Amino acid sequence: MRAGRPSLLAVGAALLLLAGCAAGSTDLDPDAAAGPGEGTSAGSELSGEVTVFAAASLKSGFDTLAEQFEQRYPSVEVRPISYDGSSTLATQIIEGAPADVFASADEATMQRVVDAGLAASPRLFATNRLTVVVPAGDPGGVTGLADLADPERTIVLCAEAVPCGAASRALLSAVGVEPSVDSNEQNVTAVLTKVATGEADAGLVYVTDAATTDDVEAVLTEGADAVVNRYPLAALDTAASPAAAAAFVDFVLSDDGRAVLTDLGFGAP
Amino acid sequence: MVPAAVGLALLVVPLTALVARVDPTTLWRDVTSAGAVSALVLSVQTALAATAACILLGVPLALTIARSAARTAAVLRAVVTVPLVLPPMVGGVALLFLFGRNGWLGVALEGVGIRIPFTAVAVVLAQTFVALPFLVLALEGALRGAGVRYEQAAAALGAGRWRILWRVTLPLAAPGLVAGVVLCFARALGEFGATALFAGNAPGTTQTMPLAIYTAFNGAGVSQGTAVALSLLLLVTAVAVLLLVRGWRPGTSR
Repeated sequence: MRAGRPSLLAVGAALLLLAGCAAGSTDLDPDAAAGPGEGTSAGSELSGEVTVFAAASLKSGFDTLAEQFEQRYPSVEVRPISYDGSSTLATQIIEGAPADVFASADEATMQRVVDAGLAASPRLFATNRLTVVVPAGDPGGVTGLADLADPERTIVLCAEAVPCGAASRALLSAVGVEPSVDSNEQNVTAVLTKVATGEADAGLVYVTDAATTDDVEAVLTEGADAVVNRYPLAALDTAASPAAAAAFVDFVLSDDGRAVLTDLGFGAP
Repeated sequence: MVPAAVGLALLVVPLTALVARVDPTTLWRDVTSAGAVSALVLSVQTALAATAACILLGVPLALTIARSAARTAAVLRAVVTVPLVLPPMVGGVALLFLFGRNGWLGVALEGVGIRIPFTAVAVVLAQTFVALPFLVLALEGALRGAGVRYEQAAAALGAGRWRILWRVTLPLAAPGLVAGVVLCFARALGEFGATALFAGNAPGTTQTMPLAIYTAFNGAGVSQGTAVALSLLLLVTAVAVLLLVRGWRPGTSR
């Protein structure tokens, strides 16, 4: 008796093909190949493509900066920027992802890239501080850091390996609070989203993130001024268009670039 | 011949690259660390629970589809296939919006004091969501192929419905059922996207092996060695499961 062998094989093959989607993956720019010729001599137009990997907390800032940069240098294209937890991005860069510029949310993560021989001299371009956020209306009744120790409340933090996670835990241990964490997220935007949709009672994000959406409220966070994240920026040695990458770095560090970030709540480096 | 070799290489060579990166000096310590063991135990427990749920729900569903008229069956089959083609993370978001604080079922359950997101129950739910189609489709194919002649013969000889199910229908479809169960378990064990979004990532409660590997891999230094060790552990577990279930090859003749 044939148990439908061909159909089972076909189904099995199709299922195996489709089952390859178990692992999550972050968006990578597939090719940052050098643009058609690079302008390098002084006085000629800069051209090429720039691929930027930036910490998740830099999203609105860097999107604006990329637009302004492209207006200033019409022959340079800034490819859609990859935003994620800095540690995730650093891992991708070290494993060979084709990035030209890396902006990290803390110096330790940038140091990993420097140690791998991929970046020479990172420069600080901004600072940021943490704040407790709650969904609009504060349904969980969270009034400060001490409430993050409550196992009854749903608390979401960044994973420890991510800059905001390391800073969160440093802040919590500085004030002597042992958090009861319900989920560790890979980047700060994921924490913000969980709080904004009301799925969590509270989370720790940067003050700049708290300002991006009306769905969360920032709660006065004692001791947050003591924990400062310093953001370094570097053009990578593997940049396809080194001049364009260096120009982007210079633009972020310029007064115009700093103004964009300051407007969003970032501190001076 | 060459395409076959390339296909096989595509499946095997990346795994050898993974094994090559294992650091033998720290391997045992990484693999037996508290975090690794708890992640593995949680993964196996939830995958088993999800497989049980899939059997309880999937067998009746497969029977329904297999015995339906062609058009109804086609529609049902398409619906069941949706979680397969849906990116798992989208499934996780959907589950969160259904069972979360502001979702229909979430609000109803909260009224009775039950919270599902960020618990182990959420892990099982997410795994069931993504793994159920495997069981249903594999079993349904086998059931349809088996046909109804033997069931009709058994009924004519006086067997009751349950007896027909246990003694005739399921044994006839056994290869498809076993294949479906194994695929279902393997898929549940490896589920990442839906669990990450719906159940969260808390060591000990909801951090399954895939989540532990992803978290460790994105950390610095020592953590990456741990990620490789954990990956190897999961790989060995998966191979062990496959070997334990003998005769799972589809279409094993009786």
